[in-house]
Amino acid sequence: MNSLELRASKAQTDARGVSTRLVERLGVHNISLLVALAILVVIFGSLRGDVFFSSRNLLNIGLGITILGVLAMSQTVVIVGGGLDIAVGATVGLTTVSTAMAIQATGSPAAGIVAGLVLGGLAGLVNGIIITYGRVNAVIATLGTMAIFRGIAFIMSDGQSIAIFSDTFRFIGIGRILGLPLLVWILVLTAIAFHLFLARSIVGRNIYALGGNPVVARFSGININRYRVGIYIMSGVAAGLAGILLAARTGSGQPVSGSQGLELEAITAAVLGGCALQGGKGTIVGALLGVAIIGVLNNGMILTSVPTFYQLLAKGSLLILAVVIAEYHLNRT
Amino acid sequence: MTQSDFFSLDGISKRFGVVQALDNVSIAFRPGEVLALVGENGAGKSTMMRILEGVFGPDTGTVRHGSTPIVFSEPRDSHRAGIRVIHQEPEIVPNLTVAENIFVGELPRLAGVLLDWRKLEQQTDRVLATFGMQHDMRPRQLCGTLGPAQRQMIEIMRAIRAGGRLIAFDEPTSSLTDDEARRLFSVIRRLREDGTSIIYISHRLNEVIDLADRIVVLRDGRLVDDSPAAGASEQTIAKLMVGRDIADLFTRETWRSGEQLLEVAGLTTDRVSDVSLRVRRGEVLGIAGLMGAGRSELAKAIVGYDRRIAGTIAMNGAPVVPNSPHAAIVAGIGFAPEDRKHEALLLFRSILDNAALCVPDKTSSFGFFNRRKALEIVSPLAAKMSIKAPNLDEQVSKLSGGNQQKVVLARWLARQPMLLILEEPTRGIDIGAKAEIYRLIDELAASGIGIILISSEMPELIGLADRVLVMAGGRITAELARPDIDEATILKHAMPQSAPAPGDHIQ
Repeated sequence: MNSLELRASKAQTDARGVSTRLVERLGVHNISLLVALAILVVIFGSLRGDVFFSSRNLLNIGLGITILGVLAMSQTVVIVGGGLDIAVGATVGLTTVSTAMAIQATGSPAAGIVAGLVLGGLAGLVNGIIITYGRVNAVIATLGTMAIFRGIAFIMSDGQSIAIFSDTFRFIGIGRILGLPLLVWILVLTAIAFHLFLARSIVGRNIYALGGNPVVARFSGININRYRVGIYIMSGVAAGLAGILLAARTGSGQPVSGSQGLELEAITAAVLGGCALQGGKGTIVGALLGVAIIGVLNNGMILTSVPTFYQLLAKGSLLILAVVIAEYHLNRT
Repeated sequence: MTQSDFFSLDGISKRFGVVQALDNVSIAFRPGEVLALVGENGAGKSTMMRILEGVFGPDTGTVRHGSTPIVFSEPRDSHRAGIRVIHQEPEIVPNLTVAENIFVGELPRLAGVLLDWRKLEQQTDRVLATFGMQHDMRPRQLCGTLGPAQRQMIEIMRAIRAGGRLIAFDEPTSSLTDDEARRLFSVIRRLREDGTSIIYISHRLNEVIDLADRIVVLRDGRLVDDSPAAGASEQTIAKLMVGRDIADLFTRETWRSGEQLLEVAGLTTDRVSDVSLRVRRGEVLGIAGLMGAGRSELAKAIVGYDRRIAGTIAMNGAPVVPNSPHAAIVAGIGFAPEDRKHEALLLFRSILDNAALCVPDKTSSFGFFNRRKALEIVSPLAAKMSIKAPNLDEQVSKLSGGNQQKVVLARWLARQPMLLILEEPTRGIDIGAKAEIYRLIDELAASGIGIILISSEMPELIGLADRVLVMAGGRITAELARPDIDEATILKHAMPQSAPAPGDHIQ
């Protein structure tokens, strides 16, 4: 192929319709996610349109998905790199406790934020080392640390909820800037950062290479051990951030409440968003669409008074359905 | 056993992509005869075994039993018909006993559900005695405790017990000691006396001549010779195996090597032993050897992929440390592995991404990928190598083998290495792309890049290499320099030397 031919094919692209280009830009997968989202909106809108479309409820959805959004994006990076982190929910619980305790001890919100991020990062480092150097399967390793982190959170808090009495810190959870909740702003900013990191940075592209084929990545001079550990540290720090946001929203640090089951939702969102569990495939945009679907589904189920027990059923089924669809898609291409 | 009771291949052809693996091959496997099948790597021996075994069917032609055509849709069918292939790595369940492994599928039962151990042991004792193995293993011994030769014997006993009438041995002696090999030969002779058809595949020509009644030579998928073993010599067989026209395809324009570039001394890993070699600028160093000789392992050792146990590697006199692919790339070494799909390409990424993989510094600004910079580097290379694709964003999984190989080469040309290691660069690609890759090798050498060319294609080595190192068993067994590089000499040094001449010991 010479440059002439390249130019010719570009001209061809331009000649095609706007809709075709939109499909190309977004990808078939993301468009089907948008369609699924639209269907959910239509269903819940027709059932409880009065409440569902109120600005208050839409904001609620936005708030509800912030914490999940951060975790789904970091999980996407982990899965693209060929790993899986099912300890994120427990890490979030652990960091809410450490953040709350740090604020209680020092009275400083900054100390709480640092405590959350550092402890999250440490938790990730532990995962990374066990998986990379202990050569333990990622699912098993993080299944083990999930229990360990929960245990530590219980020990630290003595099983109690730890209240946070800092208005400055609470502002992160309930404050607004330019009419929008601060939490939503944080989601937007982290989303932009994650997208640029994974899709555009050299490190992000090397993560695709690592997950796509670790042998090729290694032959290409990528230090795959360092990358693997780094990815889990990133996942831990992201869980720390999510823990800080959760603590700020609820005004407390709690070992379990609020963080349980987040790993399930985060993985579901990432897989819905097009992540291949084999690694090497997945996007931040897709993960966010997956998060939106889960957010609308959660909200809609509450509005239409689906009992909590049945909500769990729906969430589990969604994950399995997402994987089945992903595998089907993978086998066809 | 009657004369009509034998298997035969009639006009078998099989094609994989652009490679004609078998081309109109007809052979009759007679009862009570040992037929040796010889040929270079890729001559079509394995393909023929897989067709006989029913792993896949031929494109055209028929497998016959007597005059009846038979079709296998899976290996079980061929087993039922009485065909068994004994592979180099026997399929043994290590956690089951010798008796269970031999009688798997036909275990005697008590009351329909329980295993009748006493009967099983008696049966096994009988089988072991028939093969003279009663002192080598006990029926209740776990197979995991057996050595490679004994495992092979189990597989043979299982095949005979299950009524095998055609038994093929695929390189059986490669993992055996002399003594074990000798005993295997006596078992094979016994099978022959009992009227079993035997196919014997080996690279060890002395073995073949001693053991076989008939020798069939395959070359490039075609049957080139089918004659009695009596009177055959290693030289004549080797010549038949490799003898083909060396076309102008393989010539180089320039032969000019400069100062020393790479020096490897005493390099040892788990799979290569004490390898020392040197490459000059502008020189093409060929590495020859049979499958499993340690050639790709040598490449992986040089580029720091395998753990180095001993030895040093230096580029331009400076040691390459630490022992990692990254350090090798920084030192100016590039490596295009044979297994493009698993070791070289990110199949689901684009041509551009794959080609730019090793030059992150030249295709980024402030740590972020810069598409314009990447295109500036990759487009001219893609054009120079005439990579055929709609555009550079095409997924490499959708390209042909030749174009995939060009993407791998483009990656390294973008990196501009001082030394390029090419492993089987023309495997599975068509003749046109081959010629282009040969031209590229010539150009690269002319521009002062040192090249290590690992290849199983003799004409390729002879036509392109300044010098050829021959490997066997993880070691270098010979060094040949132009113009004294010829196929027979390479082949002689590539044969494993430890092979016993079976006749010397048995009679």
